[in-house]
Amino acid sequence: MREITYVKAFTESLMQLMAEDEDILVIGEDVAQYGGVFHAFDGLWKTYGDRRVIDTPISEMGFIGMGVGAAARGLRPVCDLMFFDFIGVALDQLYNQAAKLKFMFGGDVSVPLTLTTAGGGGLSAGPQHSQSLEAWLAHVPGLKVALPSSPYDVKGLMVAAVRDDNPTVVVLNKRMLGSKGPVPEEIYEIPLGQAATVRPGRDATIIAVGRMVPESVTAAGELAESGIDVEVIDVRTVQPLDSPTILESIRRTNRALVVHEAVTFGGIGAEIAAQIQEEAFDYLDAPVFRLGAPFAPVPFSPVLERAYIPDSNRIVAEVRRLLERTGG
Amino acid sequence: MTESAEQDPMSALPPDVIHDLHRRMVRIRLFEETAGKLMEAGRLPGFLHLYVGQEAVAAGVMATLRADDVITSTHRGHGHAVAKGADLRYMYAELFGKQTGYCKGRGGSMHINDLSIGMLGANGIVGGGIPHAVGAALASVYRGQDSVAVPFFGDGATNIGVFHESANLAAVMHLPVVFVCENNGYAEFTPQDRHMLIKDVADRAAAYGMPSDIVDGMDVIAVYLAAQRLVARARAGEGPSMLEAKTYRFYDHQGVKGLRIPYRTQEEIDSWKQRDAITALEQRMISAGLATAQDCEKVWSDTGEEIAAAIQFAEDSPDPDPAHLLDNVYTV
Repeated sequence: MREITYVKAFTESLMQLMAEDEDILVIGEDVAQYGGVFHAFDGLWKTYGDRRVIDTPISEMGFIGMGVGAAARGLRPVCDLMFFDFIGVALDQLYNQAAKLKFMFGGDVSVPLTLTTAGGGGLSAGPQHSQSLEAWLAHVPGLKVALPSSPYDVKGLMVAAVRDDNPTVVVLNKRMLGSKGPVPEEIYEIPLGQAATVRPGRDATIIAVGRMVPESVTAAGELAESGIDVEVIDVRTVQPLDSPTILESIRRTNRALVVHEAVTFGGIGAEIAAQIQEEAFDYLDAPVFRLGAPFAPVPFSPVLERAYIPDSNRIVAEVRRLLERTGG
Repeated sequence: MTESAEQDPMSALPPDVIHDLHRRMVRIRLFEETAGKLMEAGRLPGFLHLYVGQEAVAAGVMATLRADDVITSTHRGHGHAVAKGADLRYMYAELFGKQTGYCKGRGGSMHINDLSIGMLGANGIVGGGIPHAVGAALASVYRGQDSVAVPFFGDGATNIGVFHESANLAAVMHLPVVFVCENNGYAEFTPQDRHMLIKDVADRAAAYGMPSDIVDGMDVIAVYLAAQRLVARARAGEGPSMLEAKTYRFYDHQGVKGLRIPYRTQEEIDSWKQRDAITALEQRMISAGLATAQDCEKVWSDTGEEIAAAIQFAEDSPDPDPAHLLDNVYTV
């Protein structure tokens, strides 16, 4: 299969989605003529023109709210929030409006809005351009949240998100934009709420989010060299969360480590750990471990940022610690 | 009322339009007065933000709109829903929290909506619905239709960021939106001169390159004529505009009785009540020979019967079933 970059897989998904559905339009800052600050929208404006690819003022609350209204009237807007960190200035339109209209209007309206954004650290982008805030959104009934971990997943999850009738946030990982991987040329969908077991194993299960998936696979490879066989699950979406896949794995391996870039406290790992102890307590040979960022903003200095974000070395160390731990 | 029928701008309007405006206002007034009584009697759960006093704005604007034109509303939204043609039975059922209500008992007073008549919902977040109207206008243009969108909001909402973002977006995108500010002089309990330093909210339109108009919001004919002009302009593809209607709510921010802090004087309230938009229109209709006092009275009594039946419907309706609590969290 041909290999393309993570960001090209994103662009291709929109190119193909817009060809099959006239109701899809793209709205955001610098997405039209300029193609987006990450080139994620390159070529769309040239292909689909001013009507379907719309540059907006710097008004995230306004244009996401406009997307909500357009979606409530039957369009399928894809609104782009340049950096995940900017969600704060637009949040009301996402959590009080997009997420709730269906429920609070008695079911009469759907909001098929897709919000695309770029999150994660590792680029020395500093405290306001590097965050991983997916747990905030996963907490809101009515939203769906996807974090693709490969070019293949970017395309498949984007297609599912845009075709979904619910407001769905797709969080691209900035540091993975240039990474390459196999991507089918035809359009395909990865169901939202279906985790992927990206590496089978017997000794422990790593449940990983976003860019921590390839880091975990690398870690699993290193551990295999010392005879440790680790299973790696990519949650793909944190809302809905594929709990059955996670629990089934834990019942086989009896040990669990959750890894994400977001700060550990109150992160999605807390929810996953809670579900495991509620549903698979009797299968556990050790407490559920979590590996995330320390409770601090994302630092700018490359030295500090490397110390802040988990990587394969720290995942290896955590897995070893997990395996040494006994349940008493 | 000293104006003669000849001088009255009302004389330019067909009688059926005037009767329609009257009927819309009476329906709002009686709906709200009755809801207030139900609340005071402890029969309605939750909050109630009554629209009494502001009827001329909803009636005057809505009478210029088509069914496919979209409005968005506010926490004080019953008047907009009634004027747009909502079914009073489903409105009361929602106030009672019943399964037959517009929101199936999931929304309540602040979320009444009816997409079939272009009512894209009241909203509990101040300013929250404004960009939805901009999006509805975008959808209209996108599909090559000529429907327009009208977000309603108060003076207080023009201090929130999303108002400014929405106004600017509509302007730069040249969308068919008529922003209607119902300036009732208070942001909850804070008077206008303490929450902005301009007298006319409509001044804000100029910042976005939009034309605006200011009308007496107690004069339904003036509201109608101004809205008609701005709606026609939007429909003709001439872009967004803003209408400010100076009005007043007769009851408190929430509920019926005044609260602890007397933030408005009785003199002020009385002076606005003397300018009651419905009474004023009835006097004009009678002096113009368009209706008798009995004709007007019949509109009230007919509406009263409709409201009694609607309340009966609401009371007879079932409560929502907790087994279906999770319905409509997602579209499946």
